[in-house]
Amino acid sequence: MALLEVRNVSKDFSGNVVLKDISFSLDAGKVLALCGENGAGKSTLMNIIFGMPVIQDTGGYEGEILIDGQVVKFQNTSDALEAGIGMVHQEFSLIPGFTAAENVMLNREPTKPNTISKITRQMKLDKIDAPTMHESAQESIDKLEIELDSHNMVGELPVGYKQFLEIAREINKEKVKLLILDEPTAVLTESEAELLLTAMRKLSASGISIIFISHRLREVMEVCDQVVVMRDGLIVADADKDDITIPEIASLMTGRDVDMDTQNAHDAKGYEPNGDVILELKNLFVDMPGEAVDGVNLTVYEGEILGIAGLAGQGKLGISNGIMGIYPTLGKIIFQGKEVPLNNPRAAQEMGIAFVSEDRRGVGLLLDEPISWNICFNAMQIQNLGLKKFLFFNLRDEKKMTEIAEKYIEELEIKCTGPDQLVKNLSGGNQQKICLAKAFCMQPKLLLVSEPTRGIDVGAKELVLEALKKYNRDNGTTIVIVSSELEELRSVAGRIAVVDEGEIAAILPATESSAKFGLLMSGEKLEESAS
Amino acid sequence: MTKIKHAIQGFGRARMIILIFLVALLLIAPVFGVSRVASLNDMLTRFAMNAVLVLSMVPMIQSGCGLNFGVPLGLVSGLLAEAIIWEYKLPGAKGFILAMLLGALIGAILGMLYGFILNRIRGDEMVIATYVGYAIIYFMNMMWLTLPFKNPSSVQGYAGEGLRVTISLDNHWLHVFDDWPGKPGRGVVLTIHEYLNGQWTPQEFKIPVGTLLLFAFLALLMWLFFRSKTGTAMTAVGSNPIYAMAGGINIKKMRMSSVVLSTSIAAIGMIIYGQTYGFAQFYTAPQFFTFPTVAAILLGGASLNKASITNVILGTFLFQGVLTLTPSVINSAIKLDMSEVIRMIITNGLIIIALTRKGKKDA
Amino acid sequence: MLNKKIDWRSTLRQAMVPLLFIVIIALAIPLSGFSSAHLIGEILARFARDTFLAVSLIIPILAGMGINFAISLGAMAAQIGIIISQNFFVGGIPGMLLSALIGLPFAILLGWFAGSVMNKAKGREMISSMILAFLISGIYQFVVLYIMGGLIPIQNKDILLSRGYGIKNSIPLATKGALDNLWNIKFKIPGIMRPLNIPIATYIVIALVCVFVVWFKKTKIGHDMKAVGQSQRVADSAGMKVDKIRLQSIIISTVMAMLGQLIYLQNIGTMNTYNGTDQTSLFAAAALLIGGASVASATIPNALIGVILFHLMFIVMPNAGKNLTGNPAIGEYFRSFISYGVVALALVMHAYSRKKAAEEERKALHHQKAKEKLANTEAEAKA
Repeated sequence: MALLEVRNVSKDFSGNVVLKDISFSLDAGKVLALCGENGAGKSTLMNIIFGMPVIQDTGGYEGEILIDGQVVKFQNTSDALEAGIGMVHQEFSLIPGFTAAENVMLNREPTKPNTISKITRQMKLDKIDAPTMHESAQESIDKLEIELDSHNMVGELPVGYKQFLEIAREINKEKVKLLILDEPTAVLTESEAELLLTAMRKLSASGISIIFISHRLREVMEVCDQVVVMRDGLIVADADKDDITIPEIASLMTGRDVDMDTQNAHDAKGYEPNGDVILELKNLFVDMPGEAVDGVNLTVYEGEILGIAGLAGQGKLGISNGIMGIYPTLGKIIFQGKEVPLNNPRAAQEMGIAFVSEDRRGVGLLLDEPISWNICFNAMQIQNLGLKKFLFFNLRDEKKMTEIAEKYIEELEIKCTGPDQLVKNLSGGNQQKICLAKAFCMQPKLLLVSEPTRGIDVGAKELVLEALKKYNRDNGTTIVIVSSELEELRSVAGRIAVVDEGEIAAILPATESSAKFGLLMSGEKLEESAS
Repeated sequence: MTKIKHAIQGFGRARMIILIFLVALLLIAPVFGVSRVASLNDMLTRFAMNAVLVLSMVPMIQSGCGLNFGVPLGLVSGLLAEAIIWEYKLPGAKGFILAMLLGALIGAILGMLYGFILNRIRGDEMVIATYVGYAIIYFMNMMWLTLPFKNPSSVQGYAGEGLRVTISLDNHWLHVFDDWPGKPGRGVVLTIHEYLNGQWTPQEFKIPVGTLLLFAFLALLMWLFFRSKTGTAMTAVGSNPIYAMAGGINIKKMRMSSVVLSTSIAAIGMIIYGQTYGFAQFYTAPQFFTFPTVAAILLGGASLNKASITNVILGTFLFQGVLTLTPSVINSAIKLDMSEVIRMIITNGLIIIALTRKGKKDA
Repeated sequence: MLNKKIDWRSTLRQAMVPLLFIVIIALAIPLSGFSSAHLIGEILARFARDTFLAVSLIIPILAGMGINFAISLGAMAAQIGIIISQNFFVGGIPGMLLSALIGLPFAILLGWFAGSVMNKAKGREMISSMILAFLISGIYQFVVLYIMGGLIPIQNKDILLSRGYGIKNSIPLATKGALDNLWNIKFKIPGIMRPLNIPIATYIVIALVCVFVVWFKKTKIGHDMKAVGQSQRVADSAGMKVDKIRLQSIIISTVMAMLGQLIYLQNIGTMNTYNGTDQTSLFAAAALLIGGASVASATIPNALIGVILFHLMFIVMPNAGKNLTGNPAIGEYFRSFISYGVVALALVMHAYSRKKAAEEERKALHHQKAKEKLANTEAEAKA
C-alpha cells in the first residue's frame, strides 16, 4: 500500500486554475522527485499536502489525499504534523540566538514538572529539561551524519548546517513518515549537497518517504526512485527513475516548442542583432537577497529585445536591479560607451535607462498617490518634466501632469476613473501599465523590464507584452525583459539569455528547442548533455 | 453624493465625535452663563498662538519620520533665540522678526544633529525622539542657569545670574503682531452683542490679524514647498521610501531636510506662541507642548506618514476648541474642574488611536 | 578559544555604560562631600525601595517588546489597592497583603489592556506603552479625583479632600515601613556615628523575585517568550500563539510592577496620589539601562548593578553640582538630564546596532565572495 496517494486533486485561486486533476502515489521509504518550472503548481500541491492555511482560506481543494490508505483533510499544519508529514521550507525557520538543540526541539521541548507547576496545574510552568532536550536533538543530528554539537548557537553556524538543522527538526518529530524538502540544496555548497543526498538515502532506507523538490536535475537523478514532472498545473510525467533521462525531464518541464506564428513578429530581427552595442556588463556582481548575481558578462545590442530567463533564485532579477543600482553592485556597466556609476539609481536614469521593477507594489508604485504622480515622478525628478517656475520655487505643473497621465491612460488602455485616482485602488494589470507608463514617460534609450506579467490576468498580459513590442518598434528602444515565463519571453524576444546560479549559462535564439532551455535552467552544461 | 459620503468617511470617527462634542458645548454654553463670543474669541486667539507649532509637524510626517515627539528641540531653540535677542535689547517687531530668524537658525542646527541620529537608526524613532526631547530640555535647563545672560529683566533678580523661569514680554514684543494693524495695546476689536444671562450684552471680539497673517504666510510657504520638486520627492520618501530610492532620490538627505525644517518651524512657533501668551517660559515648560501638538495634527486627520495644511488648520482649531470650551462650559455646568483630566484623555487617546491604526504595509 | 575571545568583547561592550557611570560617580563622590557611611546607608535604603520595579521590566524585554513603559499601570493598580485598604483602616503587613489582593485584578486587567494595545502596534511597542501610561493616568486621575468619595463611598475621611470627594494628593500610609521594619538589622561600623540599617525582610522579597525571574526563564513559558522575542515568525511557524505569549509577558510585568510599587511606597511612607506614578517607568528603565541592559536583553545583574549606580548618581549629583558651581539646581537638572539621556542613548544604541545588523546581513557572505572573484579575474586579466 502506498504511504501517500494523491487522487484527482484540483485547485483554483478565485477561478484561476493552478492544479488540474493531479494523481500520483508514493511508497514508504522511497524518494520522489518533483520537477517543474516556477508556477507549474509544485508549491500549491505541497501546500495542500502540508495543510497550509492559505489553501483553506482560498476555498480548499477538490480531490482526495490519502495517507496509509486513509483519506485525510488537513485544516492546518498541525494536522499534517500529527499525520506524520514534515516539511522543510526554502526560507529558514531558525532562531539565531538559540542553540541547535533549542531550535530542533522548538515548541516540543521535553519538560519536567515542579512544585509550582504541580500546584497551579500549569504545564506551561514546567521546567525545560535541558539534558534530555540536547540528547534527543543530538540523536537526530547524528542521524544526518554531520559533525555538529547540539550546544552550538545557530547564529554562528554556516548556512549549510542550518539546512541540516531544519531537517533534523523534522525527523526529530517521532511520527514523521513523509518529509517534504523544498529546494534544500539551493543554499548548499557542492560538498554539503553531497552530504545531504547521502543523508536522504539513509533516511529513506530507514523507512521515511521523501518528496524532493529541486531544479538541479543531476541531484534529482542521483537520489530519487521516482520522478514526477509538472507543467501548467498538470502532471506531464510520472516515471520510474530508470525510465527517464535528464534531457527528457528538461524538455517536459519547459513545454512545447514555440510555433512559428508567435515567432514571426521577430524573425526580421533574427538571432544575430545588427545594431551597435548599447550595453555591456562586465563581471557584474549584485547582492540582491535571494537573487544574487555572481559575475555576469552580457552584451546588449541597440534596438533588440533581449530576454533573460532562469528559475527563481538563480539571479536573473539581480541583473536589472543591479544595473539600476537598487542593490549593492560590483563590476562594470558600460552604456553607450560610458561607464555607469554603480549603486546610483539617479545616474543610471540620467543616462537614459528606465526600469520596471518586478516588485510592483514595493518598488514600482506610490500606492497612496494618484496616477499622475506615479507616471510623472521619475521623469520629474530626473528630467524636470512637469514642472513650472514660480518665484524661487520649482512647482509641480499639475495641468501638465494630468495631460501626460491622460495620454498614457488612453494609449495603454488603463482602466481608471481619471488621473487623480489613487493607484492602490487599481487592479494588478492596470498597476503594471502605470509602471510601464512611468518608464515610457522618461523616453529611455534602454528599458529594463522585470517580470512584466507576474500576477496579472491573461488579457492584461497580452496588452502589456503588446505595448512593449509596440514601443520597441515605434521608438527603436532597446528592451531587456526578465521573466520566469519562458514562453512569454519567446513570444517577444529575439535572443534569450539563460541565468543559472548567478551566471549566464548561455544565450540562445528564441526559436531554439525547449529541451535546450530546460537543460540550461536545470544547471546542465549544453555541450555535455548534447554529447 | 458619493463625494459627500467620502468626505464624511474621510473625516474620521474620532474627529466627528470631537466636533459634535464641541458644537454641543457651544450650544449649551449660554445656559451656564458662558459667553459664546468670548469662547470663540478665545479659540481664535489660541488657534493663532498654536497653529505654527502644529504646522511644524508636517515636514517630518510627510517624509516618513513619523510624529515629531522631538519638538522640544525646536522649542528650546526658539527660547534661546529670544534670550539672545533680549541681551541686545531689540524691542518691538524688529526684535521679534530677528528672534524668529535666529530661532530658525538654531533650530536648523539642532535639527541637523537630530537628523544625523535619525538617519543612523532603524525603528523606535518616536520613543527615541521623546527621550531626546526630554533630555535636551534638562540640558538646556543647565544652560539657562549658566549662560552669561546679563539683561536685568531676563536674569533672576537676587543673584543676577541664570534666567528667570518666566520672563514677561511687556518690554519686548508683547502682541506686536496680534495687535497689528490696530492700535498697539488694543488691536483689531469688534463689538458683538450677545444675549446672555437674560439680557443683551456687548462682547469684545479681538482678531489677532497680524499673527493669523503670519501663520498664513508660513502655511503658504509650506504649501508651495510641498508642491515643489523637492517637496514632491519628500512626500514620495514618506509614501514609499524604496520607490523614491529607485527613482534616484537621496532618502537620507530628504529625511534630514525634513527634520531641519520641522525643528526650525517649531522654533518660530515657540516665539509666536510667546508673543501672544505674554511670557516666555523657560526650564521645564517646553515638555508640556509635545503631546498636545502631536495630538492636534492627528485630530486634524493626519496619519503617521501623511499630513496637510488642512490637517493643521482643522486639527489646531478643534483641539484648541476642546481646550478652551471644556474648562469654561463643563466647570460652570457641574462645578468641577475636569479640564486637565479631559485634556489628558483626549490628547493621549488620539495618539494611541493613530499608533494602533493598521499600517499600510499590512493592507 | 575563539568563542571565549568573542565573549570577552561582547561583555566589554555591554559593560561600557555601567563603566561610564562608575567613572562619573567616582569623580562626583569626592565633590559631593558625602561620607561613605552616608552613601552606604542611603544606597541600602534605596536599593530596597526600587529594585523590585526595575526587575519588573525584564520579562517584556525577554519577549522582545522592549522597555515596558506601561509599568506605571501596575503602579496605579497598587495605589488603588492602597487607597481601598487604607479606607478600611488596614495597615502594616495585612494592609500590604490586602492592597496587593485588591491591586491584583486591576493589574491583570490593565496589563491585558496594555498588552492588547501593544500587539496592535507591533514595531511601535515602546512609544505606545509610554503614551498608554499617560492615557490611563488620565482615567486613573478621573476615578480617584472625582469618583472616589462620590460614587464610590470612602469612609476614611483622613484620605479625602476637604471638599468631600476626591483623594488627597499626599497620603501618609498605614503601611509605612511594614516590610522594612518586619525584620531589620542595625549594625555599627567602628568609627562611624550612625548605625547602618538593613531591611532584611525587603531584601528577602527582592531575592525571591530575582529567583523567580531566573526560574521563570527556564520554564516552558519563559522559553517560549524568549523564542517570540527573538523571532515572531519562527515562533509562529513552530505553532506558538505569539500574541498571547506577548500579552502574558506584559501582564506578568504589570503585576510585578504593582507589587514593586507597594514595596516602594511602604519604604517612602507617603503616597503622592496623582503624580506618583509618572516617573515610575523612567527611573526603573534608567536604572536597568545604566546597569548595562539593552532594549533586547536584560538580566538580574543588570537590574541590581543599575539600581545601585543610578541611585548613587541620584544622591551625589545635586551636591556635587552645588559644590562645583555654587548652584544646587544644576546638579538636579543634571541628574534628570542623565536619566532621560541614558534612556535615549540606550535606545539609540540599540536602534543603531539593529540598522547595522540589517545592513551586515544584506551584505552577508555574498559581497566577500564577489570581491574575491572580482579580484581574481582582474589579476588574470593583468597577467
